[in-house]
Amino acid sequence: MSEHAEHAEAEHDHPTNRYFIYTAAVLAFFTALETSTYWIDFGSFATPLLLILMSMKFFAILLIFMHLKYDSKLFGAMFYIGLGLAVGVYIAALCTFQFFAG
Amino acid sequence: MTTLELRSGSDPAERPMVTPTAALGMFRRPVAATGWKAWVFTVDHKKLGIMYGATAMFFFLLGGCEALLIRLQLAAPDNTVLSAGLYNEMFTMHATTMIFLFVMPMSAAFANYFLPLQVGARDVAFPRLNALGFWLFLFGGIFLNTSWILGGAPDGGWFMYSPNSSALFSPSHGVDFWTLGLQITGIASLVGAINLIVTVINMRAPGMTLMRMPVFAWMQLVVQLLLLFAIPVITVALFLLSFQRNFGAAFFDVEQGADPLLWQHLFWIFGHPEVYILILPSFGIISEVLPTFARKPLFGYKFVVFSGAAIGFLGWGVWAHHMFASGLGPVSVAVFSISTMLIAIPTGVKICNWTLTLWGGKLWFTTAMNFAIGTIVLFTIGGLSGVTHAAAPADTQQTDTYHIVAHFHYVIVGGGVMGLFAGLYYWWPKIFGKTLSETLGKWNFWLMFIGVNLTFGPMHILGMQGQPRRMVVWPKKLTGDGFFNLGFWNRVASVGAFTIATGVLLFVINVFRTARKSEKAALDPWDARTLEWMTSNPPKEHNFDAIPTVHALDEFFHRKYEEVESADGIRLSRIKTAEDVHAELNANPDAHIHLPSPSYWPIVLAFALPVIAYGVIFNLTLSIIGAVILLFATFGWVLEPSVAGEDEYDPPPPPPALPPADDDGSPKELASVG
Amino acid sequence: MWMFLGSECLLFGGLISTYMLYRGRHQGNPGPAQVFDIPLTSVSSFVLLMSSLTMVLAVNAAKENDVRNTKLWLTATALLGSLFVGGQVYEFTVFYKEGLGFTTSLFSSSFFTLTGFHGVHVSVGVMMLLALVAIISRDRVTGDRAEVVEMVGLYWHFVDVVWVVIFTLVYLIPA
Repeated sequence: MSEHAEHAEAEHDHPTNRYFIYTAAVLAFFTALETSTYWIDFGSFATPLLLILMSMKFFAILLIFMHLKYDSKLFGAMFYIGLGLAVGVYIAALCTFQFFAG
Repeated sequence: MTTLELRSGSDPAERPMVTPTAALGMFRRPVAATGWKAWVFTVDHKKLGIMYGATAMFFFLLGGCEALLIRLQLAAPDNTVLSAGLYNEMFTMHATTMIFLFVMPMSAAFANYFLPLQVGARDVAFPRLNALGFWLFLFGGIFLNTSWILGGAPDGGWFMYSPNSSALFSPSHGVDFWTLGLQITGIASLVGAINLIVTVINMRAPGMTLMRMPVFAWMQLVVQLLLLFAIPVITVALFLLSFQRNFGAAFFDVEQGADPLLWQHLFWIFGHPEVYILILPSFGIISEVLPTFARKPLFGYKFVVFSGAAIGFLGWGVWAHHMFASGLGPVSVAVFSISTMLIAIPTGVKICNWTLTLWGGKLWFTTAMNFAIGTIVLFTIGGLSGVTHAAAPADTQQTDTYHIVAHFHYVIVGGGVMGLFAGLYYWWPKIFGKTLSETLGKWNFWLMFIGVNLTFGPMHILGMQGQPRRMVVWPKKLTGDGFFNLGFWNRVASVGAFTIATGVLLFVINVFRTARKSEKAALDPWDARTLEWMTSNPPKEHNFDAIPTVHALDEFFHRKYEEVESADGIRLSRIKTAEDVHAELNANPDAHIHLPSPSYWPIVLAFALPVIAYGVIFNLTLSIIGAVILLFATFGWVLEPSVAGEDEYDPPPPPPALPPADDDGSPKELASVG
Repeated sequence: MWMFLGSECLLFGGLISTYMLYRGRHQGNPGPAQVFDIPLTSVSSFVLLMSSLTMVLAVNAAKENDVRNTKLWLTATALLGSLFVGGQVYEFTVFYKEGLGFTTSLFSSSFFTLTGFHGVHVSVGVMMLLALVAIISRDRVTGDRAEVVEMVGLYWHFVDVVWVVIFTLVYLIPA
């Protein structure tokens, strides 16, 4: 998303449609990349790669489409508390099943 | 949309006024309902608070009767008051009722009533959601209790472990009622939580910074955040269980390779924050009561607030201490053991602060104060036995014995319920304008205090002797003798249970006697400290004639007292009476107060859910009918005008005779958007 | 709204964890590797992603008071959403024919529960969008129109975000 950084600065309150279309294009490209792991074998890189792509897509939608970047910090806090708790608590629970051991 | 319009000064009478969109055919919003309709269609947070409280009290008595039956069964060896099956239903419903239908809604009652008053708001942020929350809770509670007459109540214990919850071991519909009923009350808590959080965040009076907020408001904020994030977890667990029982999935069926521990994890990830959801409101209440009756500010306000928040946060990292005996593996046990011990620190900080608030204060032993001090004492006992459970090796012996039962009853009854009673006595004059009898109140307090110790104290001994919880009989030949005679202590506990019941009965009598008494309470009977006392008893529908501007923590107190230097150092001197403060505040009432009008839809929408739930259990056609009601109510809700544009009120509001129905979405409103 | 979404994180977190725990447990019945049709799912993921774009465009149009474009983009979003749900229904049908019912194995139960919940969220979203179009057409929005569109938009994006996670964790990462 770095190529859009300055763009975002310029359009602080009200990102333009063009900016959204760029974002969508990048997201679509990421999706294509993700899907390509189905045909091309990345070996042991596949899972980390997919996870990274996933979180990039996740935050792109969150910050740009859902304009959390421009929203009140409080809203962000509310959402991140939920997200953080969800990730933390469920990973801990899966750990107790020794889910990641195998 | 109807508004209650208040003219400044001259004409304090509330004048219902019909504004534009009142004439929307079937989606018309009720206009200033009277009689029973004023309650059923209300969106007023105070009326809803009272209804929450009354309903919770009813379920408290119901749950209490269940407890008495349990104690009656255990009063004598090889007793036959209850059959084993009925006994299982009884303890399951006792726990479920007390937790989900009494303590939680009772604290919701206080939150609804006092949160807006304490932060100086006119109502909650989403009044209709508030009404929806109450009706969902009421219908959920009724739905759950209809299981008694529709084939048997749930019988798997309140944490409903698998495989006890499976259709094989619990063939009646009880568990289905339990999952669906809790689902409904869960939605109630969720909408309530969102509503109250937004209220605290957005609707504080001018000058009321977060750090000037009363501790009760703070604790409720933490509780609502816990609810917001804990409820969805139990929702998942309940859905999985429902799908297993009703649609043949096998999420917790070991035979099909499932892991029943999954239920335990999901349940306790919800369940441990739930414990703090039960206790923190009571902490908030006594943090209001103690300073008032010790005539001192709360010692270390910031510490109390932050340790409350810390408890809320750490509460998420300790759930597996409920599962030490389930074979989690040594690493998990050690981690959760340590995190559990950590949580004792903020709790200890609070107890210290309360004690130091009392230290050197001019104590005024009202009933509310008695209950508050009782809370500290009993909660400390429960807290100390809690630390012994945190130590995993000790806990392995204590798990599922009466020692655990003793612990959580000291915490929930001693800490939670006693605190709620402190709140009832403290705020009764505020809510109803009449003070509860202190004489009866003292009797009520001492009977409950002694009763709690008689009932739950001996359970420590019973537990250490190995009496398992949920055991339907204790055989005579196993009772032992001497000090550790199980029969003796069981009888003491049963006597204690009836002592508590007598205390509660006195409370009920007190309520009825007070209601018939004509004597009105003083404006400020306790010489209180916070904003809710800066309005009449009971408060007007719009709460405050003028929203006060807040300058300090304990605003009301600071308006009444001033520090003066004297020979013995700084002393407090009274500069104004409560009446003066009120007169000063109300000299300049706000013009144009608009309150939301009543609405039909919350109760209709809430009614749809138990219909769907009955359908899931008995006949899916019923579910479809329920879904149609739900859809219809949702559209009614959305299309009903929720907020009329500011320009419809200020300045001069249109005369009542001019209601163009299509004014609401007109270009005028469009123009204001840009 | 953000609070509700924060709360939803824990709901989907729970479902995803259940699936992750159980995805390997299919005991001889068809497992993830046998049934998943990645190309099909990729297309529907793409569709949902594009619906997020149209949603953003709708929100922007609403902010600019452009009623016509707001309705247009909202309808487009609803259409793409329905397409996604349609794809999911088709996928479920195929799975069922391949012998993977809801109760077949733990894998299937948790899979259908997870994606089913998501599908219901999308369907509710589609209904909200269509209702919104209807209400805007008849000029019956109560409150601020742009804000209402934005709230629905937040919900819609959240549903998309959840799918991003599900798509990766459930479909792409090999069990």
